[in-house]
Amino acid sequence: MSGAQATADPHRLGHGRASRNPASEHAGGGLLSKRIIVGYGFWIFLLSDIIMFSAFFATYAVLVGNTAGGPSGKDLFDLRNVAIETGCLLFSSFTCGIAGIGAQTRRDLWFYGAMTVTFVFGAAFIALEIHEFAGLVAQGAGPTRSAFLSAFFTLVGCHGLHVSAGLLWLLTMMAQVFAKGYRPDILRRVLCFSLFWHALDIIWVGLFTVVYLMGAGQ
Amino acid sequence: MSDFEPGTPPDVAPGEENAESVTTYLVGLGLATLLTIVSFFVAGTSLVWAPSIPVALTVLAIAQMGVHLVFFLHITTGPDNVNNVMALAFGVLIVLLIMAGSLWIMAHMNHNMMPMEQMMQMQR
Repeated sequence: MSGAQATADPHRLGHGRASRNPASEHAGGGLLSKRIIVGYGFWIFLLSDIIMFSAFFATYAVLVGNTAGGPSGKDLFDLRNVAIETGCLLFSSFTCGIAGIGAQTRRDLWFYGAMTVTFVFGAAFIALEIHEFAGLVAQGAGPTRSAFLSAFFTLVGCHGLHVSAGLLWLLTMMAQVFAKGYRPDILRRVLCFSLFWHALDIIWVGLFTVVYLMGAGQ
Repeated sequence: MSDFEPGTPPDVAPGEENAESVTTYLVGLGLATLLTIVSFFVAGTSLVWAPSIPVALTVLAIAQMGVHLVFFLHITTGPDNVNNVMALAFGVLIVLLIMAGSLWIMAHMNHNMMPMEQMMQMQR
């Protein structure tokens, strides 16, 4: 048993099948456990990302009342737009899961089709958000107007940047599967991408609740 | 099953656990859609007592995050998942500390600070 493996999985929880065969321990624990260890490492990254977002959420919650005489969330937010954005992101999260199944079972139509749908809905989300930001800046409610708007643009914009990076990663994964096929290492990258995409949707749930729904209903 | 053989079949055989996984995602999508619709409805309604709306929205959001974690991220109570659940618990602890701590401290500082008009007069 290697030392790195012992730290990653001290109770050897990911080795239910592999531990029956002592020879496979030296080969890195087999496909199943490697998938689990990679997923675990990426999950820790995602949690650290969520902690970063929690700092932005805390900043927003502290500054939400400091509008400096400018518009508040109630004057600015268009809940219909937010509902469409939410629908786009939720559905793309679903199709991303379908793409993951397609990759694991090596079905081209499922993988490429579902990834394309995920991209289209993710891009629609970004387009709606850019449109919303441009509208706010045009009516004089840009990030420099008040502490509330600075915090709003930082929090929502940071999520938007994550989604944009996710879209680039999505295209990269499609290209890698196309060029290299469904290799185990590529499949692990697809797993990490789908974890990332689902985590972005979790952050959006907190975001539309705290920022938009509570802001519009004040 | 070694990682280094490119031809190794994945641990999920095609068509075997597959239908079940799609069902999981469909159930997750259904529940998440339902919770989202209820959230948007509650935010705009006048049917419930107004001060209870933020509490209801918070509960709905936490429920929806739970749905995402279980049905999309597959964080479950299985033996493969103990490490993931422990990491999640630690993450939730830190998130709660940051959010509640910031709000608590900043509310106190706000409360103890001199009103802005007086501060401006003192600086003259």
